Amino acid sequence: MKDLESIKQQIEAGVAGAQVSLVPNDSPANQPSLLVDAAHGLAVATFLRDEAELRFDYCSNVTGVDWMETEQKTKVKQVFDGEEKEVEQVVKMPGYLEAVYHLYSMELRHGPLVIRLRTKNRTDEVELPSLTPVWRSCEFQEREIYDLYGIVFAGHPDLRRILMWDEFKDHPMRKDYVEPDDYEYEPTPHDEVLAKSKAHYPAEVKP
Amino acid sequence: MSTEALAEPPKNYEVRPKSSGQFEDDMGELLEVSMGPHHPSTHGVFRMDVVLDGERVVKLKPVFGYLHRNHEKIGEGASYLASMPYTDRLDYFCSMTNNWAYALSVEKLAGLQVPERAEYIRVITAELTRLVNHTCLMGFLVQDMGALGTPLMYAFREREKILDLFESLSGARMMCNYMRFGGCRCDLPTGWLEQAQKVVDEYPRFLDEYERLLMGNEILMARSQNVGVLPKELAVSAGITGPMLRASGVNYDIRKVDKYGIYDRFTFRVPLGDHGDVYDRLMVRLLEMRESLGILQQALKSIPDGPVVDPRAKLRGFKPKAGEAYGRIEAPKGELGFYLISDGSPNPYRYRVRPPSFVNLTVLEDMCLGHTVADVVIILGSVDIVLGEVDR
Repeated sequence: MKDLESIKQQIEAGVAGAQVSLVPNDSPANQPSLLVDAAHGLAVATFLRDEAELRFDYCSNVTGVDWMETEQKTKVKQVFDGEEKEVEQVVKMPGYLEAVYHLYSMELRHGPLVIRLRTKNRTDEVELPSLTPVWRSCEFQEREIYDLYGIVFAGHPDLRRILMWDEFKDHPMRKDYVEPDDYEYEPTPHDEVLAKSKAHYPAEVKP
Repeated sequence: MSTEALAEPPKNYEVRPKSSGQFEDDMGELLEVSMGPHHPSTHGVFRMDVVLDGERVVKLKPVFGYLHRNHEKIGEGASYLASMPYTDRLDYFCSMTNNWAYALSVEKLAGLQVPERAEYIRVITAELTRLVNHTCLMGFLVQDMGALGTPLMYAFREREKILDLFESLSGARMMCNYMRFGGCRCDLPTGWLEQAQKVVDEYPRFLDEYERLLMGNEILMARSQNVGVLPKELAVSAGITGPMLRASGVNYDIRKVDKYGIYDRFTFRVPLGDHGDVYDRLMVRLLEMRESLGILQQALKSIPDGPVVDPRAKLRGFKPKAGEAYGRIEAPKGELGFYLISDGSPNPYRYRVRPPSFVNLTVLEDMCLGHTVADVVIILGSVDIVLGEVDR
């Protein structure tokens, strides 16, 4: 397989307007990845699959990663009353959700190429393009990410929960997920009766 | 039965070419059946929402998650080593290969080396696991076709011999928890290699008997040939791996492609199918077992003496450098991969399992459309799923 820098240039030449950047990986595994902007995700994926020299026809692993909001502390020099002082400044880095795709080529037998797509934040702008039209193997795995991380894949043919039950509300793989105290709690008529009865209690023993 | 709900078909509902054509005009009242989750032929708590026209499948949606315990979240909360026994529970037929895939990923992440003897032990145990898995799968599959009892019991008899080996090696029949980062947990007990040699020497006799018993059987051929055909292009696009991919005629075996461990030292062939139907999947597995036996013969002859674990590998206080790694092996069911992100702490920041049976289920609907309910059972059986791995 060609090195990542030349693949990056090839993508930028082949897909107009695509912004690709290299994400280094310090571990001995030596698997750096390419960060692709979400707007061109589908076009880049199609290019990677169809380009004769690359032919990444097999998308092996698709997964989500949750990156929480982080604080970066930097020391900045500021002038107070004509005196220069070093002040610690806290910069909040926004969190985001990430979809990671591991691509291989069955035809040319090379890989892995790791590409990443990032959402804008973790709360409301969590949409990414679905790559299921390019690789069918993303179908269930993207559903799983939607289920466990809450990334909404635009263009997915059948985006439903897959491991959790349909009525489940939260996304359990997120780092800030809090487990409910009781999974099997269901409101019953008894709850209403109990709430009404509270009106009869004296003020000091109100539970 | 809810025919009213089906009068208005759902948005993405479509009758694929296979089920249309001659049947399109006379499509009668549709019947919605929930197959599973407690049906014995669904190989665990697995359910399919099947829409039937007469006996013919026009829509099939797999439903699972009944065994979901969020294995990945547990992995993020535990240290690297503490996840090792949990990997046994993923595909509980093949704990040795699960161990290996996880150990391989962590070794990539931390840059550990594996001693020669440990590599040989890994190959031997992994190939024995492949024998166990494929033998049992064939037993289950013919059980699904109606050959009750005998073939499955034959398979279990042979499986037990290999599980005995695993038990004397690791202390447990199925939940072996045997491999460690940078090697294996303990050395082989005295006389183990001779016992293994005996099992390996006797295995071909069983395979010959099994093949004679099953593969030429008229009923089996009628039930499985031309059933559940998976075309090559779809198999590649849908990320199908393992014997299922090779039955469709794609030459892709990770033992050959990645040459992980020491697989480049052994000579073995990769069996391929022509038609991609259920019969081919059975046959590919049978032939793969013969190749596994060849690898075992070579490995048992050439295993060297020496340590079984990298002395630099730490069990306690194990903290790999920040970074990420994806490691994969050819497990009996397909590509089993682990994707790990380390942030320098004792726990992985992200711990992801790429389960082969989960991804292989993607094409279940495509294979079943146009076939009868009875065939759905066989097609599902030939996918070879284990719900511990699908649901995680």
